[in-house]
Amino acid sequence: MKYWKGIEELDNSPEFVKNAFAEFPDFLPVKEGRAGSADDSSVAPRRDFLKLMGFSVAAATLAACEAPVHKAIPYLNKPEEIDPSISNFYASTYFTGSDYNAVLVKNRDGRPIKLEGNPESPVTRGGLSARAQAAVLNLYDGARLQHFMAKGKRVEFAQLDQAVRTGLGSASGKIVLVSPTIISPGTKRAIAELAGRYRSFEHVMYDVNSASALLQANGGVLPSYDFSRVNVIVSLGADFLGTWISPVEYSRQYVTNRKVSTDKRTMSRHFQFETALSLTGSNADVRVAVKPSEIGPIALALYNAVAGGGSSAGLSAAAQKQVAQAAKELQANRGASLVVSGSNDPAVQTVVAAINQALGNVGTTLSLTTPSFVRQGEDGRMSQFISDLKSGAVGAVIFYHANPVFNHPRGAEIEEALKGNKAALTISLNDRLDETGSLCQYQAPDHHWLESWNDYEPKRGELSLAQPTITPLFKTRQAQETFLRWAGSNETYYDFLKDGWRTVLGTNNGFQAAWDKVVHDGVATGSALPTPTFTTQPLSLAEATSRLGGASKSGIEAVLYEKVGIGEGGIEGNNPFLHELPDPISKATWGNYVAVPRKMAEENKWQQNDVLKVTAGGKSIELPVLVQPGQAEGTVSIAVGYGRTKVGKVGDAVGANAFVLAQATPAGVQYYNTVTLEKTGATNPIAQTQTHHTIMDRHEVVQENTLAKYRENPKEVSEYERVATPDGLEKPNKVSLWQDYQYNDHHWGMAVDLNSCIGCGSCVIGCQTENNIAVVGKQQVLNRREMHWMRIDRYYSSDHHEDEFEKNGKLKTYAAMEDPSDNPQVIFQPMMCQHCNHAPCETVCPVLATTHSSEGLNQMTYNRCVGTRYCANNCPYKVRRFNWFSYYSNEKFEDVNGHMFTDLGRMVLNPDVTVRARGVMEKCSMCIQRIQLGKLEAKKQKRRPKDGEIITACAQSCPTEAILFGDMRDPNSRLSQLLRREDGERAFHVLDSINVQPNVTYLTKIRNGAAEFFPQEEKA
Amino acid sequence: MNSFLSRTSSWVLALFLAVAAPALAQNTASVTKNGVAPGGAAAATPAAAAAPAGAPGAGGGDAAAIAAGDALFKNNCAQCHAVKDKVVGPALGGITKRRSISWIIPWVHNSSKVIASGDEYAVKLYNDNGKQQMPAFPQLSDKEITSIVAWVTSQETAASPTAATGGTTAENAGGADGQDAAGASKYTDVLLIVLVVVLIVLVVTLAIIANLMKDVLQGRKDLDGRDVEVLNQRFDWTKLYHSTVLRGIVGTVFALVLLYEGVQSVMAVGLTQGYQPTQPIAFSHKIHAGENQINCAYCHTSVYKSKSANIPSANICMNCHSQIKTESPEIKKIYRAIERKQPIQWVRIHNLPDLAYFNHSQHTQVGGIQCQTCHGPIQNMDVVYQYSALTMGWCINCHRETPLNTKGNGYYDNLVKLHDKSNNAVPFTVSSNGGTECSKCHY
Repeated sequence: MKYWKGIEELDNSPEFVKNAFAEFPDFLPVKEGRAGSADDSSVAPRRDFLKLMGFSVAAATLAACEAPVHKAIPYLNKPEEIDPSISNFYASTYFTGSDYNAVLVKNRDGRPIKLEGNPESPVTRGGLSARAQAAVLNLYDGARLQHFMAKGKRVEFAQLDQAVRTGLGSASGKIVLVSPTIISPGTKRAIAELAGRYRSFEHVMYDVNSASALLQANGGVLPSYDFSRVNVIVSLGADFLGTWISPVEYSRQYVTNRKVSTDKRTMSRHFQFETALSLTGSNADVRVAVKPSEIGPIALALYNAVAGGGSSAGLSAAAQKQVAQAAKELQANRGASLVVSGSNDPAVQTVVAAINQALGNVGTTLSLTTPSFVRQGEDGRMSQFISDLKSGAVGAVIFYHANPVFNHPRGAEIEEALKGNKAALTISLNDRLDETGSLCQYQAPDHHWLESWNDYEPKRGELSLAQPTITPLFKTRQAQETFLRWAGSNETYYDFLKDGWRTVLGTNNGFQAAWDKVVHDGVATGSALPTPTFTTQPLSLAEATSRLGGASKSGIEAVLYEKVGIGEGGIEGNNPFLHELPDPISKATWGNYVAVPRKMAEENKWQQNDVLKVTAGGKSIELPVLVQPGQAEGTVSIAVGYGRTKVGKVGDAVGANAFVLAQATPAGVQYYNTVTLEKTGATNPIAQTQTHHTIMDRHEVVQENTLAKYRENPKEVSEYERVATPDGLEKPNKVSLWQDYQYNDHHWGMAVDLNSCIGCGSCVIGCQTENNIAVVGKQQVLNRREMHWMRIDRYYSSDHHEDEFEKNGKLKTYAAMEDPSDNPQVIFQPMMCQHCNHAPCETVCPVLATTHSSEGLNQMTYNRCVGTRYCANNCPYKVRRFNWFSYYSNEKFEDVNGHMFTDLGRMVLNPDVTVRARGVMEKCSMCIQRIQLGKLEAKKQKRRPKDGEIITACAQSCPTEAILFGDMRDPNSRLSQLLRREDGERAFHVLDSINVQPNVTYLTKIRNGAAEFFPQEEKA
Repeated sequence: MNSFLSRTSSWVLALFLAVAAPALAQNTASVTKNGVAPGGAAAATPAAAAAPAGAPGAGGGDAAAIAAGDALFKNNCAQCHAVKDKVVGPALGGITKRRSISWIIPWVHNSSKVIASGDEYAVKLYNDNGKQQMPAFPQLSDKEITSIVAWVTSQETAASPTAATGGTTAENAGGADGQDAAGASKYTDVLLIVLVVVLIVLVVTLAIIANLMKDVLQGRKDLDGRDVEVLNQRFDWTKLYHSTVLRGIVGTVFALVLLYEGVQSVMAVGLTQGYQPTQPIAFSHKIHAGENQINCAYCHTSVYKSKSANIPSANICMNCHSQIKTESPEIKKIYRAIERKQPIQWVRIHNLPDLAYFNHSQHTQVGGIQCQTCHGPIQNMDVVYQYSALTMGWCINCHRETPLNTKGNGYYDNLVKLHDKSNNAVPFTVSSNGGTECSKCHY
């Protein structure tokens, strides 16, 4: 049973309703003709129009008077553990080739509605990336291929199996299976079964965001890093908090050494050398903007400085200075430091490995004995495959979740070969008819991972399991089972998988119990994955250093990067949540763009939104300009993953495909290239959710200070506003016209540690899935009507400050303060309804639709709201959102918000939260549904709720535990303790002086920048 | 004249009735409400009262343990067990005499394991109950099982004078309430009729006397001109007809009545009180809940633990109807549904709008409200109808008037203390704990 919920049926007489509505279009002759061109008979007088209108409305009203009949359909045979309207959680695993997350799947009435991090996992430790948060929507994606196909026609499983088995048996050349990295021991065994059945079978793995060079430099495996033990981090272009290898795992480790308190006044120091301003770079203490071609010389210079080798050449003065400083600090922290690089140049990675070796980090902050497996792709082999395919040496090719036509720099060559039938047999196991799959003869779509059994080993010794949480929605079959069928086995993949686990859990009597425990926990320790083979030989250090000595290139360099949301643009490419998730830095939604430094834009007279033609290696794409502070001079950056053509109606033709600009060199795929830029004359607006850039010295909004100051005196790191009273200066809350509320039961509150917040946006998506928040599309974002209840404000630092008033004049200084620095510091501030105790919105509502609760919450009652929007006008934090349209039924939004339009998509909605109608205001409710549920559970068990038992979706999803939710009425709650401890130190309220007394408290951000690197900060 | 007078009297009567009716209705309503609340309390008291009595048998069961056992029993056991009667599993009364607690605990945790171990009693029990296995409850702790047993023991002692289970107590209480209420309303009706008859007789007598006097006076000759004028004075109807004051009054009353009726009918749009659709299977609550006294939670399995009470799935019907009344054409419909694998499409009676959140367990498990409070005399309904209005006003009124069921619930301890300190005399109702705030039901 797919749906257990009743299907609603209207019990009106169908003829009556039909006539009532048919009258309208049938003979209502409203003509939009030009005046004079229409004769009188065809122009309806206004009165007739009103009459008809009136009749239609009256008829429709009468027809609607009869209440519709609702059906209540119970189970035929109710499963014991399922009770309607009680959510169950099942442990599972999200891994789609790049981002590994151990998850808990919230299942309601037999359908997954939300994903949460699995706290049992030692790898991701309860964190969950934005991409994984949104992944539940992919399950209900109507663009998935819903059945098997052969040569354009729907076929049954058996027919396709027969044809494929025959085809594979008689293949004249190699049989190649192309896939992204596979970390599933079970899947690898299933593929081995298939390989054993046919001769000359080859499995080629490639990563869209390749780490081939890193693998090559470390003997074919990825080192596993432990950022929590690192005092000095030097990253050469690795966006390890956003997109590099395992961001959730690294974020969690990274912040453990970034959180400060009066007891722990130490922090790691983080140097970042990078081209585009990344999420990681914006969190760094020292960030140097460099060209991609400079990364090699910097690595070499760092090696020379650390290992005491030769001098460094070809670096800019700024880079030189910071490299020297970084080297000094690295050496002072031998064994507790780490150098990482996101480069895919084997020479760079070889040198980086040598630096870590020289610093004694191997075995402490970096481990090669418990390697990570999440990247195994070898660029050389993929290149070889493409050449083989073109030459006709490949007899049969199977694409398993691989879409190289779209996401490989040589995709066009593959497309040509497939179209030219260079391989006799082409099969796709991709979940939809994507760019590659649609060119294949056979399509055997895989289940969604939420419909499948599988196992994973992201890291040596750490296993996790995925289990089906819903009956397959479509006539698809799990890919592993498909492999087994083609290998001639009739075993189910579940049995096959379980058999494999006997080597991990032992074959004795306890196996079933142990297996049940693993299914329950979702994670286990043990290893099952064979060490991947890597054929490319590593470079010697001497060879690597000689390669890096080359002269720097001229011309504009473009760097290609992944977005935190869309990533490589796989099945996430059709996910509206991720398209509308603002980029953490540029705050742009819906599409990619050319990020250029301000200087370049000024020199070329480019305005934001001007469309440029970007050409590299004979291929070109057209994208609008975005002026990006922090972008290295002489470079531009472009996000990959956009410009899909066959992903579905959400993602098709959003942006342009930047993979074509990457270089497929013999040493591997390089994600930068020299480009020429040309203005086309067209414009294409970029939909940004935040357009103001700096806070213009308004310290009341967001506060930061240095670690040095914090060490000296924690009581001086935050500025507090004081108001003048007859008794002298006082805190604003000492003066009030308002009567204070008395909270007897609970007083809910939240603390947001700006030091821990890395700006990843996981909370934004967590909130969106939990609260049924509509997606509005590009045009509405441009109109500033996005609906996110939670946003992350990003502020850049400015080079100008209030102390220039006298010198330059007030107006001029203010104008200058609006512009961010060329290499700005960045601060993130999650912003949601502050649940003010003296809420300005409550007093202006004419219909009492927004009121204060006895638990300190600012309540929003949708069915009472008449949409005056007074409250939004009066909100100092601008967190209220207005429903300008019926986003769930207005056909304008069907493309972007399609999941609210179909029965299939609506299965993802949270049944405890109302879908808001047009004309009402909405805002963060502090997940009132979770609070009510938690209280009810406590009441049922006749006790008070335990601290940490009730938690909002944002706090739950934060990978760095920056958000703490709790009961301020309970003196022993972690929140109360934190607020007591931080009172007068880091705790501050945003816009404290207006005395609205928010229930959300922020903790001042502390930076570990030495004063000499931040001369401006000394002034501040 | 006569007819006019009688007409006037009936108008007066109608007016009187119109004024008195709401008051009367309120009386009945308050009677019902008052009747129900003690009923609920009565159901709860035996358990508490029986606590000391149950203590020795249960091995140190105190009042708290028994209260906890009550909830646990309803959530986990009541589907198959009763204290006195055999339902699916055997009656649990006297369980401590039959088996030791050290035997019961492993049995509840995993009965099939005990059977497999070859325990003689367990095997016999299994065979005696049609080889139907009791589901395992590994989630229950030893302490929880002990408290369930404590509750059962407390029930067997308390059960003999009163009815066996909470459900039956409630039904008795509910039934009695109904009678009380009906009795009261009948009494007022009789009184009213007598009053009306007396009034009519008086008016008629008065008219007769007046006519007689007139005739007598007309027979006398000694009357002067003024007296004759008075005697022969005729009522001027046209004057009344032309009176602006009267016209104004009538017009206003008419307009007000029209307005009132209009508002009433508009307010009733979407109200489905009394909605009684025909169901695909003629299931009778009267037979099941009334005559056979099956506990509500036996079929509505999640009423004590979930938002929805849960319409029973066909396999619950089959627990009994695989044996009972298998030939009935209505029950054959269930067989057919199972054979065809097509679930039964019941017609939903209680439809709350999507914007209102209602949770059954909040009211049943925490609030201790009886099913009948909202669903009416369900045990007497052959075909279920919507008893309550289910309007927001109806919800709010109850939240304003109902005292919170705080007894023995640790969640409320401090709240009760704080409430009593500030305003001792006022009862601690749902609304005084924030129960009428918007976001308690709308989010």
